[in-house]
Amino acid sequence: MNIDIANIQILDALNSLAAGLFLLCAFAMIATRQVKGCLRLFIGQSLFLAASALLLGLQHGSWHLYGVALVNVLSKAVLIPFILHVTMPREVYTRREINQVLNIPISLLIALVLTILAYYFTIPVQQAIDPQYRGHNLPIGFAGLLLGVYTLTVRREAVPLLLGLLAIENGAFFAGIAIAHDLPVLVELAIATDGLIVVFIVGVLIRGVQKQIGTTDVGALATLKEEVVE
Amino acid sequence: MSIIAILAIPLLAAILSFLPWRRFPSAVTFFACLAVLVLTIRVAIQASCGVPVVVAPKWIAVDGLSALILLLIAFVGTTAALYSLGYMAKTCHEPKKLRLYYANYNLFIFSMLAIPVLVEPTLVWIAVGLTTVCSAMLVSFENTRGALEAAWKYVVLSLMGAAIALLGFLMLFAALQAAGGGTDTWEGLIAAAPRMHAILLKTAFVLILVGLGTKVGLVPMHTWLPDAHSQAPSPVCALLSGIETTAVLYVILRLFPIMKAVPDFHAGTWAIAFGLISTGTAVLLLLRVRDYKRMFAFSTVEHMGIILFAAGLGSATAHYGAFYQAFSHTLTKSFCFFTAGALIISTGTREIASIKGLIRNSPVAGVCLLLSGLAISGAPPFAVFLGEFTIFKAGLAEGRYLEIILLAVFVAIGFFAIMWHINRMVFTTDKGDPPQKIRLPASCLVVLVISSLLVLAFGLYVPAFLQDLLRLSAAAIGR
Repeated sequence: MNIDIANIQILDALNSLAAGLFLLCAFAMIATRQVKGCLRLFIGQSLFLAASALLLGLQHGSWHLYGVALVNVLSKAVLIPFILHVTMPREVYTRREINQVLNIPISLLIALVLTILAYYFTIPVQQAIDPQYRGHNLPIGFAGLLLGVYTLTVRREAVPLLLGLLAIENGAFFAGIAIAHDLPVLVELAIATDGLIVVFIVGVLIRGVQKQIGTTDVGALATLKEEVVE
Repeated sequence: MSIIAILAIPLLAAILSFLPWRRFPSAVTFFACLAVLVLTIRVAIQASCGVPVVVAPKWIAVDGLSALILLLIAFVGTTAALYSLGYMAKTCHEPKKLRLYYANYNLFIFSMLAIPVLVEPTLVWIAVGLTTVCSAMLVSFENTRGALEAAWKYVVLSLMGAAIALLGFLMLFAALQAAGGGTDTWEGLIAAAPRMHAILLKTAFVLILVGLGTKVGLVPMHTWLPDAHSQAPSPVCALLSGIETTAVLYVILRLFPIMKAVPDFHAGTWAIAFGLISTGTAVLLLLRVRDYKRMFAFSTVEHMGIILFAAGLGSATAHYGAFYQAFSHTLTKSFCFFTAGALIISTGTREIASIKGLIRNSPVAGVCLLLSGLAISGAPPFAVFLGEFTIFKAGLAEGRYLEIILLAVFVAIGFFAIMWHINRMVFTTDKGDPPQKIRLPASCLVVLVISSLLVLAFGLYVPAFLQDLLRLSAAAIGR
């Protein structure tokens, strides 16, 4: 492909924009109480991931990355919300989380610290990467991963927890597309299918929890331990 | 060809399990697992000569190490299927739920069999992810509050680990690409490792160790394990505790020869540290368990620690010990959970404190519990003893006195903790009237006899072909 320098700079800038918005979505997911809002933000994040893959694909003329973008849009922006819609009980979406383990301003501060740490941790790895692939994908992807793990520790509601889980994978991918840009499409498809099965099974499980225990506040599930339960 | 059949049979059996005849799903599952076992033995004998059995060089191949894991999966799969035959018929009376159970069971076996058979690391990652989702419904099968809680923790933490490991696998792939390409298989990675960026390899290793370590149950990522391994129906526990953890640990061990290429990085040190922490924490928690299934679950954490520790030692003898330990742990732990199932049938409780005088009230369960307790805690002449002894010897020969002393202390604490609990259950005299005798299902009895005999036999004698497999496995992570 013959793209001149100016175009590459524009693509690079656009990719940085996508990366910034990706990170913004991750932050917003921590700050949102509504389950429905969380889902919308997750879809947004997945779309920015796809956009970044598309831009990197244009930049390097890599068909694999177009494949990644397409698979991502299809699975995460269309199929996963659809599966959630089918498997989840209706009232889950209208729930708001009142009791998070930490309040939201503190959560956001911690998220900020995690992002800085992500940049710090990825400095040595960045140096090992071919300069033309360097950019913001790796640190921001890693930050997305850490923020997802953080979400898992503070959230108590089942669906946001599941979305946090998927956000970790998004983060891993966001970092991954910058470095592993020639992953076979077969593997790509298999990973996406795996994600769909995960959502389906967890959806069924959440339904079971809701039926049996009467709530989707899975943070309240804490009966199995060594201490004597009074 | 037989390797393709090994993967295809469980899938077929999963579909057939939905057919509506009453006893059909359990029978089809058992015969499918038996067929897989026969085929794996064939493949293992082929692979034990030292030449890998290759189906598709870039995707599917079985070498000595894979064959060992494959053999273990197929063996526990078969005994647990036979055990399910009687156990599930006794504990679950809804035919529709049973069909679902067997369908999930076959899918779970399929996903585990895929781990050692695949050689493309990213696909192996997918297989590991599939084991979680296929077994989630098995863990929550009893649909009680506890079972659902356990399944939830299991799924969320395992998948979180898997997502972290994914970044590690993508980095491995990236490192391979940056090193000028090559086939993306375990072998290809080892060949290309000296050309790769050290920092990419190191980061990938740590991410994968932490990510998959969650699913192996390494401390401090073990919190879900005792829950899931105690709440599932007993035959499923045998699979989860006996082989699933080992199969995932196998993936971590596959990275060791790749890491040899990085001069200033010692994967072994990480393994020894994680191994000792896991073993130590597990044996201390063993002292205060109140549920005998949780006791066996913590003992799994302990043994995963021991195996990882042994793999971290440098010599070929230590690696041989690691795989012998993995082998004997799988046999013994499945026996332990089969015993736990027999206890549940004959006493109806999982609480250690409420079981007394077992040797008088239900002699079969009592004897099995005593045997399984002695076997898993490493008393001679059982197989686990031989494994631990080999590891101690190898460690001392390497001059790692401090680490070996620590490990020996932990193993001793584990022994006393397990035997203390079991002694209370088996021998304490029961003041009340002896409860009504409950007959164990015949299939459960058969499995208990087979497992106990094998656990004893392999402690006394290791057949030549198995020795070859163990030696090949040791060589596969030690070069």
